[in-house]
Amino acid sequence: MIEFRGVTKQFPDGTVAVEGVDIVIPPHKTTVLVGSSGSGKTTLLRMINRMVDPTAGQVLIDGTDVATVEPVALRRGIGYVMQNSGLLPHRKVVDNVATVPLLRGTSKREARAHALELLDTVGLDRSLAEKYPAQLSGGQQQRVGVARGLAVDPNILLMDEPFGAVDPIVRAELQQELLRLQEELGKTVVFVTHDIDEAFLLGDQVVIMQQGGRISQAASPVEILANPADDFVADFVGARRGKRALHVTEVDGQRLVVDADGRPAGVLAS
Amino acid sequence: MNWIWSNLDRVGELMLVHLALSVPAIILSFVVSVPIGWLAHRYRWASGVLLSLCALLYAIPSLALLIALPVFTGQRATSPVNLVVALTLYGIAVIVRTAADAFDAVERDVLQSATAVGYSTAGRFWGVHLPLAGPVLLSGLRVVIVSTVSLATVGAVTGVQSLGSLFTDGLQRGIQAEIIAGILATIVLAVVLDGLTVAVGRMVMPWSRPGMEAARSSSASPVEQADAA
Repeated sequence: MIEFRGVTKQFPDGTVAVEGVDIVIPPHKTTVLVGSSGSGKTTLLRMINRMVDPTAGQVLIDGTDVATVEPVALRRGIGYVMQNSGLLPHRKVVDNVATVPLLRGTSKREARAHALELLDTVGLDRSLAEKYPAQLSGGQQQRVGVARGLAVDPNILLMDEPFGAVDPIVRAELQQELLRLQEELGKTVVFVTHDIDEAFLLGDQVVIMQQGGRISQAASPVEILANPADDFVADFVGARRGKRALHVTEVDGQRLVVDADGRPAGVLAS
Repeated sequence: MNWIWSNLDRVGELMLVHLALSVPAIILSFVVSVPIGWLAHRYRWASGVLLSLCALLYAIPSLALLIALPVFTGQRATSPVNLVVALTLYGIAVIVRTAADAFDAVERDVLQSATAVGYSTAGRFWGVHLPLAGPVLLSGLRVVIVSTVSLATVGAVTGVQSLGSLFTDGLQRGIQAEIIAGILATIVLAVVLDGLTVAVGRMVMPWSRPGMEAARSSSASPVEQADAA
């Protein structure tokens, strides 16, 4: 379990990225932080592995204040996946996946063997192992990034807009893959995105953040759609705009679901 | 042309001497410039001062420097040490800005992600930042190699033997072939050293080979290829 208690982050130039955040991130579930740029979602994520230290408040992992843990050791125990994969361009795929175990002192042979298994886990062919990241497609690189994040079998997996830079088809593929993986592995996933659809698809808990780094609402997707906390949330999830204000209309005996503009969203299965 | 054939031994011998002057200067200027370049990259306030000072080195006339250096090194005026020191200083002037650029050019994302997965500060420098700066550092090194090999000839004027001795000797004795031999030998030496460096660079940094990008597009997934089409 990860817990934020009264967490504020003010940068030296005076910008407040996160203000007075209290939130509990439950274990073995996916929590998605969603908001537009400048809402402090990435800053919040980075406080978990001390890439950013709060100026006030505490971040606790299983009851331990992370401020008391040495940052390098802390980070080696937490999986991290970022946009554009963040792979090391000068290391082969297999060595990229093995990065953290090697840093932790696992023997090279063992780390590489385990890395090959992880390629299977994320659905990559082992023949890619000896290639360099630049020789892979964007989607493949992102899978390698996930494999690297899982390499030390961490309890916590931080994902910072991991699918932000790939095309929509590949993104949908990767999202399904992540759902499948999460079903199998049950990690405590903290996922940052600015895409509310992605948040609703992946999140057991969705945390909606607004400008100035305050939380507007933290709840399940169903709860958020049913009871948006305020107008900002209702707007943000599109409940008031066309997209999610759906209604049923009958066309040639088929009951169609259409949005506010009359565009079809699907067929009502009876 | 006859002169060259009958003096091949002499030319070969001077090439070795020339090599013995250039290579230490090239290595020294590289080894000194990389930390200076890193400081300039790391500390913005220092970068202007450091880079300007290093660039100014190049403004010192080479003859004046060679004449003045014995005072500082305590060596005889004809000692090769003076020439090596002078060449090193010029080498630093040439490469230091490239060294700073090399560190600047490494993607911030990659460095950040290295930190995020648990690299220590020192580990990140040696394991990520320095190797990724490698290709640009290599291009700087290549410029220094060529400029140092060519500049080393000036030592002949102050009595330090090198391929430049073929210029001074040829000039005094009016042997044109000797001067041409000196020029050719200098060029050959520079080209060979440069080629060796490129070959070593490819071996040490196989990931930086040109054509990696081409490989990328041909191995893209069918979906993405369709997308591109």
